[in-house]
Amino acid sequence: MSQGSETPVLTISGLRRAFGGLVAVNDLDFTVAKGEIMGLLGPNGSGKTTALNLISGVLRPDAGIIRLMGQNIAGLASYRIARLGLARTFQLVRVLDGMDCRENIKAGLAFQRPHLPASGAELRIDTLLDRVGLAGHDRRPAADLTYIDRKRLELARALAAKPRLLLLDEWLAGLNPSELAIGIDLIRSLRADGITIVLVEHVMSAVRALCDRCIVMSSGRKIAEGATVDVLSDAAVVKAYLGGVAADA
Amino acid sequence: MSARIAGFGATALAALALLALVPRLGNAYYLALAISLLQYTVLATAWGMFSGPTRYVSLATTAFFGVGAYTVAVLGEILPWPLVLLTAAALGAIVAGIVGLSTLRLSGVYFVIFTFGLTELIRQLVVWFEVNKSRVLGRYVFVDITQADIYWQLLALTAAVFLLGWLIARSRLGFALRVIGEDETVAKHCGINTTFAKVALFTISATVMTLVGAIMAPRWTYIEPSIAFNSMISFQVLIMALLGGAHRLWGPVLGAVPLTLLFELLSARFPNTFTIILGCIFLLIVYMLPRGVAGLFEKLSTTAGGKARQRANA
Repeated sequence: MSQGSETPVLTISGLRRAFGGLVAVNDLDFTVAKGEIMGLLGPNGSGKTTALNLISGVLRPDAGIIRLMGQNIAGLASYRIARLGLARTFQLVRVLDGMDCRENIKAGLAFQRPHLPASGAELRIDTLLDRVGLAGHDRRPAADLTYIDRKRLELARALAAKPRLLLLDEWLAGLNPSELAIGIDLIRSLRADGITIVLVEHVMSAVRALCDRCIVMSSGRKIAEGATVDVLSDAAVVKAYLGGVAADA
Repeated sequence: MSARIAGFGATALAALALLALVPRLGNAYYLALAISLLQYTVLATAWGMFSGPTRYVSLATTAFFGVGAYTVAVLGEILPWPLVLLTAAALGAIVAGIVGLSTLRLSGVYFVIFTFGLTELIRQLVVWFEVNKSRVLGRYVFVDITQADIYWQLLALTAAVFLLGWLIARSRLGFALRVIGEDETVAKHCGINTTFAKVALFTISATVMTLVGAIMAPRWTYIEPSIAFNSMISFQVLIMALLGGAHRLWGPVLGAVPLTLLFELLSARFPNTFTIILGCIFLLIVYMLPRGVAGLFEKLSTTAGGKARQRANA
């Protein structure tokens, strides 16, 4: 847990959101330090995606504080949070099918403040295409891409904004083993650039390979937090998440 | 690129100069037809400017057209003509701003229904006001505007709309609207203030529609709410824009021109079976041209390009 004296990139305290009688996120607290990759784990329906939606402004919290670089962003509109340096991908990959790859990435950077000059933006798009492995596809319509390439494009769009915090919602789900290895390397390389990442993930090998720390949620509550190795061997986590069988997916 | 733009601009100016000569033909029928063509061209293009990229289907065209026409009915004899137009534009923009802020959070079919209801709401408000406050239910429009004047004003507005649409399509706002049309959630997470972008373009589009209503008003000497707020206009404009292809600036005109001519022909030749024939034609259009005439042109040019490439490879 390397917090140091620097302001944490993300601080969450007392976060709560209910849908009718169902409390999807209940009194959630955690912090993410700069450069850290934090895993957000838990069985389906445990509140992980709701937590991401609260942080990124899709949903308004009923209570609680969310600080991005020290500034409270709880309840702000998504576009304001995006301009403050938060980018995300979606559980079901969302690319702009009617546009080509270049335009998809341009969407990620064109609306950030301050605006990049056109030449700088074009250069940055080329760099990003190269970075995620889509070099040469820049004029290809996003609708024609394969599944992994759509994921790559979505990630490039998120990175275009030069985010301070990146939320990845099951970005590695559905990839075959060789694609998974490429994906893990790609995410790891982002940390080297100083991007802080919160990762919702079910692929355990990826969690082990990438996450410094993990939080485990169950029924909206945090049931464990700590270094990845410790958390994944925690008896309560094994019971809640892996159904009582210590599995290594 | 800039040479292409200059060439295109010169062609457009030449076309404009030629079109400006239509009233000189001295044929009242052709002039009336040309006015109808321009009216629907501007309305459909303005409709497409907002609804094309955002894919929000609006049936509020009549509401704004009517606001413009009624402004002329009320102020036409009081203010000088340019001021009347300016007032109409301002009123249209204000109504659009209010409507936009309160409804553009709605999506899909809810937005369609609201915009349709809006027309009726404004019409009923006007009726209520006229009956209870001004105690008239129809107004005579006596302004010194000839058919040729109407034509030239519409022609100028047509040019302005295409120029505006071209500038918007090249702007950050235009790109923002395309992203919104693709995926509004993604747009928000890209940092786009989606409400502002939608309201801004809705207002621009509605202001143009209001101006069309104001310019067209002197064509009638007598105006009452059922004439100014005739909801057929909303549907006709929608069908024209969709036939032409609302995803391109030049798409709606490709629908407005043939359909205006068709309406004209059918209503003259088959006054009794007009609506039945129209219905069948619309069905055919939807089945055969799902992406409009503009989409058909794009498809033809890509297949032609593909065949050319195949020949080159062979």
